[in-house]
Amino acid sequence: MREQAMVLNTNPLQRIPGVAVMLVLLCVVFSLMTPGFLTVPNISNVLVQSTILLMLALPMTLIIMTEGLDLSMGAVLTLTSLIVAIVALATGSLLLGLLAAMAVGILFGTVNGWLVAVVGIPPFVATLGTLGMAQGLSLIVSDGQSVVGMPAAVRGVYSGTLGGVPLPIVLALGSYLVFHGLLYHTRFGTYIFALGGNREALKFAGISARRLLILVYALGGAMVGLAGLLMTARMNSGHPTAGLGLEFDAIAAVAVGGTSFERGNGWLLGTLLGVVTVGVLRNGLNLLALPSSIQVASVGLLVIAALFVDGLRSRS
Amino acid sequence: MTDISKPIASGRMLLSDEMIQVFYRLLAAFLICAALTILTNSFFSLGNILNVLRQASLLFFIASGLTLVVLTGGLDLSIGANVAISACVAGTVIHQTGSPTLGVLTGIGVGGAVGMLNGVMVTALRIPSFIATYGMLWVLHGITYWYMGGETMHGFPAGFRQIGSGYFLGLPIPVYLLLVFLAIGTIFAQRTTWGQEIYAIGANPVAARLSGIPVARRLLLVYTVSGAMAGLASIIFLARLNSAEADIGESLTLPAIAAVLIGGTSLFGGLGTVFGTFVGALILTLVLNGMNLLSVNASWQPLVTGVIVILAVWLDMKTRRRAA
Repeated sequence: MREQAMVLNTNPLQRIPGVAVMLVLLCVVFSLMTPGFLTVPNISNVLVQSTILLMLALPMTLIIMTEGLDLSMGAVLTLTSLIVAIVALATGSLLLGLLAAMAVGILFGTVNGWLVAVVGIPPFVATLGTLGMAQGLSLIVSDGQSVVGMPAAVRGVYSGTLGGVPLPIVLALGSYLVFHGLLYHTRFGTYIFALGGNREALKFAGISARRLLILVYALGGAMVGLAGLLMTARMNSGHPTAGLGLEFDAIAAVAVGGTSFERGNGWLLGTLLGVVTVGVLRNGLNLLALPSSIQVASVGLLVIAALFVDGLRSRS
Repeated sequence: MTDISKPIASGRMLLSDEMIQVFYRLLAAFLICAALTILTNSFFSLGNILNVLRQASLLFFIASGLTLVVLTGGLDLSIGANVAISACVAGTVIHQTGSPTLGVLTGIGVGGAVGMLNGVMVTALRIPSFIATYGMLWVLHGITYWYMGGETMHGFPAGFRQIGSGYFLGLPIPVYLLLVFLAIGTIFAQRTTWGQEIYAIGANPVAARLSGIPVARRLLLVYTVSGAMAGLASIIFLARLNSAEADIGESLTLPAIAAVLIGGTSLFGGLGTVFGTFVGALILTLVLNGMNLLSVNASWQPLVTGVIVILAVWLDMKTRRRAA
């Protein structure tokens, strides 16, 4: 199985069909069913709304490639978003808010990585524990209330443009390029492939798997801090349940994008397409006037279907 | 409390090991009680102690089925959402038909059916259990919110409400149910062939399959039982709260997992007891009750539960000499 995974790594094009076909299919179906779907404002809307998800899904891809999982992302996102709001409100400085949020994100990521790599707790339970902690801290720092009255600059992060392109898209694409470069063009990226696929080789190469794992989770935390800024800007406030369940959409995007949960086999472009697929699915169901509860259930079914297909693939 | 997954020769040693593990936990529960008696005036009263026991029973029902899943080396993250959907469907049935019996059967049936679907995903589709049940969590969550449409169901027959809030000979009814299921669970896990096979699957799935245990069928059973217990818990919640809402189960999954892990069941499968889970549920309930009595803001509860989950796993890994 491991050998097979390494072969797949060298030929990721093999995976294009799954997620790309699904995306095109969804677009065709929604275009036929609702006139509002295939319009420039709506497509732009889908893309802008997908930016926060992409910022979680990129590091989630790396984490899943190490045979890990981070269930705490949504709860930590809520916390970092609140911190951006609280610091921006107190100091008037967006930058200080972002720095504080990223610091908290990195702290949570480091704790997750430490629990997984050093203590040896299975990732889904370790991050379930930190999920509870972040959820509790969100309630405590916000006292269960929304944080409102943001400085004008906060809103500008979400509604502003850079050379005609919405700022969130610029940030998200920038993040994608950084992650792409990191995963495919640095030694760090090679080690991550090795972490999931061939840990022995890492050991022989004298690389500390522990430090690497902590780094991967901490990187995730930093991205959650950055996503917290976008979240606060999007809602123009901090809300104690803002990021609830968003880790699930991120895991869904990664799974749909063809990254395997068991074979250390990841594909970043697939995750990008997966994020858009989840965004299109939610947007289309929304345009069809289906409640958000149905959207949540559909994303759940999407994940189970993707994992089923992945299971079939790994057996063949 | 024999751990039957191990060869008979080492049975004696493991018997004492398991008992020591449970003994430590009972001691911890006792120390928490002593501390709370000293720190607060209201802890050591009959009313509060019965309240703690009732709360612990509710947690135990969900956590007991989960214990079996964890014993096989799996996890069921969908139990909280399962409680919610079972409660809402059972509530509708009681409202429509006026028959509590039919409602109870529906609740357990829906819970069991969801559990069976989990089992099918894990066995036939070979999806890792934590991610399969995590997907199921959100599917159920969505369906329940859509089904309820933001409504709350109120007002169930007085006879039905007795299941959750009634007393018999001075003890809350859920406590009697607790004793019954504690006995059934312990006998099933420790004294039946199927129970032994569950331990064996958790200890070493490959060896279990090679020794002729029908692994897939046992796993299917375990996930179904876990779901059915969530269904039973939903009935008791329904009867206790006298209302059903879509968000009824949201805060239950983490405490249930905490109870199992505090109780000494190993996340890696094959080690642990149903009785330990009862003690785990008791400890967690005592901590949360104590925080309440010490007027700590309820916002702190998920934080503390999260810390306890991680501490419990860490302690378990430190104190247990793992055979495998």
